[in-house]
Amino acid sequence: MLDVSDLSVSYGTIRAVRGISFTLGKGELVSLLGANGAGKSSTLKCIAGALKASGGSITLGGKDITSASPEQVVRAGLATVPETRDVFPDLTVAENLMLGAYIHRRDQAGNRQNLERLHTLFPRLAERSHQPAGTLSGGEQQMLVIARALMSRPTVLLLDEPSLGLAPAIVERIFEMIETLKKSGLTILLVEQNVNQALAVADRAYVMRLGTVVTSGTPDEIRATSDLSAHYLGG
Amino acid sequence: MAFAIQFVIDVLSLGGAYALMALGLVIIYGILRLVNFAYGELIMVAGYTMFLTSGSGLPWIIMAVLAVVMAIVFGIITDYAAFRPVRAKSVTAVLITSFAFSNLLQNAALLFISPRPRNVPLPEIFSETVSIGGAITPVRNLITIAASIVLLAAVAFLMRKTTLGIAMRAAATNFTMARMLGVPANLIISSAFALSGFLAGVVGILWIGRIGTVVPGVGMEPLLIAFIATVIGGMRSLPGAVVGGFLLALIDTTLNYSLSQDLLKFRDAFTFSLVIVILLWRPEGLIKGPASGQRT
Repeated sequence: MLDVSDLSVSYGTIRAVRGISFTLGKGELVSLLGANGAGKSSTLKCIAGALKASGGSITLGGKDITSASPEQVVRAGLATVPETRDVFPDLTVAENLMLGAYIHRRDQAGNRQNLERLHTLFPRLAERSHQPAGTLSGGEQQMLVIARALMSRPTVLLLDEPSLGLAPAIVERIFEMIETLKKSGLTILLVEQNVNQALAVADRAYVMRLGTVVTSGTPDEIRATSDLSAHYLGG
Repeated sequence: MAFAIQFVIDVLSLGGAYALMALGLVIIYGILRLVNFAYGELIMVAGYTMFLTSGSGLPWIIMAVLAVVMAIVFGIITDYAAFRPVRAKSVTAVLITSFAFSNLLQNAALLFISPRPRNVPLPEIFSETVSIGGAITPVRNLITIAASIVLLAAVAFLMRKTTLGIAMRAAATNFTMARMLGVPANLIISSAFALSGFLAGVVGILWIGRIGTVVPGVGMEPLLIAFIATVIGGMRSLPGAVVGGFLLALIDTTLNYSLSQDLLKFRDAFTFSLVIVILLWRPEGLIKGPASGQRT
């Protein structure tokens, strides 16, 4: 579904991602793990089209999206939930969700149907539909950015640190939702610092360190073969 | 009573024109974080279109529509000529290209039309006066008030109720995120330039309606007014631009009425002193814009 091959990303002379490769099969949930500065978010931003690759290739469903713009990437079927939880604070929850469906704006019936489905999954968003998104709590904003990404009806969802800065009870709910999305057949790439939870939902995982993939495998293999704390603590 | 009515009409008509000017500038600034210094020339383009079509025998309203259309076209050309090629580079580069484009248009008018003022055709109604509650006021002031109300309402509707408007507001908050939802950057920016051109075109007709002639530098004063109004109101807030426009008009009109003839020539010095006081009190302007923001 998503193939990343020998991908490099640079910020000026600093190489944040150094020739990494990984794949996501249809309906798979793959976790990208690693400490701060390992290059996870840069990888995601590059796949999403927000950063230019300095080398390598990215294909989505066989289509090359390496140098695609963010809007072309969405049209190709890939939606991104950034770690910065970028809701549009002055827009209402409903307007945020409406923008999520921008690429399907002529299919109003389909959007209504999708919205109803998402309101079932995230009932709080239905309650707060007419409230400015900036007034939502952190957990609700996280739900909103996930729901907004799903309004584009993606085949692949990139989730960047969905648990960042949230209370444990909310984190649990977010991961329950991720499981639900996985069961619905969505292909998900999850970047997460919360290793245990990320491995608990993942089919496979890649561990990154200093811009390269150091270990990959199933969650059990990762737990058995890799000293994760070393990668997180830089040991 | 008559004085109060006169005062209110003056503030509202001047404020309406100032608000529309400011709105045209802030729509671009909100999205690109860049001031379009060629904005005044869009007003000039509208004026010269009126002048050039004046001998055509077309009804005035058609000439006015053509003037607005030309301002829109030149607004979009500004994007393609001055902004798009250097947008991803430095802010300085865009400042220079936008100044250069402004200069180019002014000099083209100097060279191909004339450095001297040219009469712009205006319907009779623009020079008529009307008495309201004892206050005698030009009808063009009432036209300006009506046009401002209609246009401000139309812009509010566009920005709040249409997908394009909501996408433009989202892009003004976080352009990259809007693009990551599939909102096409170039369409949003071109739409903002078109809307800015539309406002400049209408303002051009109303503004030139006050003076009756067009010269190559006719856009300088509206640009300055728009810039000050947006600075007072908040550079990134659409309601702020409107508030700033009306506040600036209130200051100007109050000074016009209260300063003696000797001091009136220093009116701008008084206006700017008050603007400085407002900015010392609210450095970010009266109304804060969207919480975050970034350029492409």
